Amino acid sequence: MRARVFVTLKPSVFDPQGTTVAEALHTLGYASVKDVRQGKYFELDIDARTPDEARRIAAEAADRLLANPVIESYRIEIVTTAEAAAR
Amino acid sequence: MKFAVVVFPGSNCDHDAYHAVKHVLGQDAAFIWHKETSLAGADAVILPGGFAHGDYLRTGAIARFSPIMQEVRRFAEAGGPVLGICNGFQVLLEAGLLPGAMLRNRSVKFQCVHVFVRVEQTDTPFTVACRRGQVLRIPIAHGEGNYYAEPDVVERLERNRQVIFRYTTPEGVVTPDANPNGSVANVAGLCSEARNVVGLMPHPERACELALGSADGLVVLESAVRSVTQGALAAVASAKAAAAR
Repeated sequence: MRARVFVTLKPSVFDPQGTTVAEALHTLGYASVKDVRQGKYFELDIDARTPDEARRIAAEAADRLLANPVIESYRIEIVTTAEAAAR
Repeated sequence: MKFAVVVFPGSNCDHDAYHAVKHVLGQDAAFIWHKETSLAGADAVILPGGFAHGDYLRTGAIARFSPIMQEVRRFAEAGGPVLGICNGFQVLLEAGLLPGAMLRNRSVKFQCVHVFVRVEQTDTPFTVACRRGQVLRIPIAHGEGNYYAEPDVVERLERNRQVIFRYTTPEGVVTPDANPNGSVANVAGLCSEARNVVGLMPHPERACELALGSADGLVVLESAVRSVTQGALAAVASAKAAAAR
């Protein structure tokens, strides 16, 4: 199984990097881009029998290491390895 | 007394801290490699500045898994004085020994400049030799020193008097312009609820000799010597009594 973990700053937390990227996009003429939030993306290849098991392991990993719960939240997508290879 | 200076791969202020306590203050000091499991009988621990483990993932996030950190945690829980400077502060936050987290500086720039910080509380092992309200001119050098905690946590920190250093003007006034990185409530340094664990972003160890432009930081390390040699509890208790007067 492959878990995709998207870590982003919580909405309440100011994102200086995202704001800077948004300003750079405006300089390039992308006036329609209203806001940018920058985050991190992880791919975890997990030896798990079921998607639920893979999700549980990925969530634990995110809680304990991949995200800092003080400032960040995360979202997980599970894809089977066969699905991942097909893309 | 004996200081332990923990060395992580990527620490780069370990020698500054060692020099300050050993050669300027004349105390015993030892470098402790992060894979060690003993603090070698030290009376106080310094987690120095730098880029431990390359700041991979988040600043301090990997350093907290270094074997020595278990011993640092035990030492802290037993009441031992622990000082995290800059990256060392970030390690203490990731290890959960202090509350909150660091964000990228508001300016999105690495800030390397002398700043002014006001001593808010003197009943900690690293401020006991300071005067309350004393303004110190000390350098900062960081890209992620923008302290953040949820409003209820900040409120608790203020209620418990855990904010011990704040960025101010040279006159000691808290203003937004005196805040170099966007930290909530101009926080430059904190102590734990038990007051023995202290983290600060400015570098007192780099301001211990006039030849370096300022000796204002020396009082932070002198505080540790005073609190250990005169008995940490006695020093903290007398400072508490002074604060209450």
